[in-house]
Amino acid sequence: MILLKLTWHSLWNRRTSLMLTLLSIAISVALLLGVEYIRKEAKQSFMSTLSGTDLVVGARSGPVQLLLYSVFRIGNATNNISWNSYQHFADHKWVDWTVPISLGDSHKGYRVLGTNSDYFLHYRHADQRNLSFADGKSFAGVYEAVLGAEVARKLNYQIGSEIVLAHGAGSTSFSEHKNKPFTVTGILKPTGTPVDRTVHVTLEGIEAIHVDWKNGAPVPGFEIKAERAAKMALQPETITAFLVGLKTRATAFRLQREINEYSREPLLAALPGVALAELWRAIGQFETVLRIITVFVLIAGLLGMLTTLLSTLNERRREMAILRAVGAHPHHVFVLFLLEAFIIALLGSLLGMVLVSVSVLIAQPWVAAEYGLYLHTWWPQLTDWLLLLLVVGLALIFSTLPGWIASRRSLQDGLTVRI
Amino acid sequence: MNVIELQQLRFRWKGQSQDTLNIPELIVQQGEHAFLRGPSGSGKTTLLNLLAGILLPVEGDIKLLEQSTLKMNTKQRDCFRADHIGIIFQQFNLLPYLSMLDNVALPCHFSARRKQHAGAIQESAEQLLEHLKLDQKLRQRPVTELSVGQQQRVAVARALIGKPEIIIADEPTSALDSDARNDFIRLLFREAEAQGSTILFVSHDPHIAPHFPRIIELPEVNQA
Repeated sequence: MILLKLTWHSLWNRRTSLMLTLLSIAISVALLLGVEYIRKEAKQSFMSTLSGTDLVVGARSGPVQLLLYSVFRIGNATNNISWNSYQHFADHKWVDWTVPISLGDSHKGYRVLGTNSDYFLHYRHADQRNLSFADGKSFAGVYEAVLGAEVARKLNYQIGSEIVLAHGAGSTSFSEHKNKPFTVTGILKPTGTPVDRTVHVTLEGIEAIHVDWKNGAPVPGFEIKAERAAKMALQPETITAFLVGLKTRATAFRLQREINEYSREPLLAALPGVALAELWRAIGQFETVLRIITVFVLIAGLLGMLTTLLSTLNERRREMAILRAVGAHPHHVFVLFLLEAFIIALLGSLLGMVLVSVSVLIAQPWVAAEYGLYLHTWWPQLTDWLLLLLVVGLALIFSTLPGWIASRRSLQDGLTVRI
Repeated sequence: MNVIELQQLRFRWKGQSQDTLNIPELIVQQGEHAFLRGPSGSGKTTLLNLLAGILLPVEGDIKLLEQSTLKMNTKQRDCFRADHIGIIFQQFNLLPYLSMLDNVALPCHFSARRKQHAGAIQESAEQLLEHLKLDQKLRQRPVTELSVGQQQRVAVARALIGKPEIIIADEPTSALDSDARNDFIRLLFREAEAQGSTILFVSHDPHIAPHFPRIIELPEVNQA
């Protein structure tokens, strides 16, 4: 008890210099916990990019590739699928709803996605959240577009803005569909998913801008005016992929097999959850790197503490001689240093926890408004407490060095008070 | 009773070719407050460290209260020191981060015997401070704000608490002026006698000698 009291008063007496040590440990602990938190949140956010969809169907390739182009708008489809195949499965008795997706055009680097208004009804992200409109409404006409939150914000578009789509996915395409501009009718709220970076138009719109094109280029001298094109039969012959919602999830595997074995066209049906997990495993390597870095940050923080403890050894020589004179054993001196490290590490870790918790609380509303990500409130989990235990344990191990030096010195110095 | 008894004591620092101390015999009896005088570098502090059980002699025997401290192990010697010896340094006696009362009470936390003798620690400490003319008002102040003389008197209270049999004072008055010095010695004697502690007072200052019934000239007893 007396040792604890001595340690506490001694620490308090040197509080200004120790405050910095405490802070450096708090920051490294906060980093460690923060990285762990971000890792979990990123994974959760990633895994919930697409929810409520039971199957994603596209041309035969790999499930990860299908997911990349149909959901993340990365890369291109190897092939399209026929409208007939789509219709076949859209009318299937197990199927509740389908959403067609047609990709291939872009607007200033943002992908254009052709679909129908069912998209806004059935597309779900993050715990079954629906897409909702920040402004305006769904498209109705052929030349109408709905923008993702980031597209509207970065390019500064409002309802009524006119945009021109470009052929292909690049940001600087030379072949633009200038003669058929689209009008913005709606802007979506941020979702924290690739939807934010997408320009949504109707399937008919996609068809209309391509009626006078052939093999990916406008046919010279043959141009169909926008109004006339809109009145033509704009039934698409092919789409890129479609999302499927089932009446009961239990049939997902059976329908998946049926689609994969469809004889009239090579198709691939992927379970989004499985494909997302596979994709995460592929790109999730940064987790390990982050963890390694934060462990080094922690060690740097603890080394800082060790330096402080070692540097106080000389100025505390007198203190130790006095304690020896009143009857303290060398092992009391040793324990004093251990206790000191224990208190610093414990307080530092707790402060680090508070830092993380407060940062998340501050970030929550901002991230939700800006990126549409719903951060979970940070609260220490079992692993976080274990981490705290590790920090305190390491601090104790580190402090044995100054403790040992001090107790040995107190033997040599004896009652000679050195200043 | 012999409070201190040295027999054939020899001490030499490691790596040195000559003994620092060579004392054939030195006995101090109970109540025989002794003044140990010697110039700087004559081995006074070394002798104190030997008596306190911090250093060990090369040869000979040290008996305190008729017990040989050399037959004890390190921990037992530490305990013996805590139980039976009160120590006053030249200066900087106090832990700057403890209150005056906590500084005085320190030995009671390391020695059950002195705690038992002190009884109610708080009251004993206050009583000692009262006797040493450190009044209530001073006790509230941080010890670092006290004058050197006041600090030394707090150190006396700490050495005396729990009635240890031996008080070792290592030049405690060297930083005091002559008035404060006489005052200090008078109070130290009064309180030590009141509780039956024997003082071993080390100094190179000849002016203090007349206060003491026994004067030991270290150069005379030390044959090294």
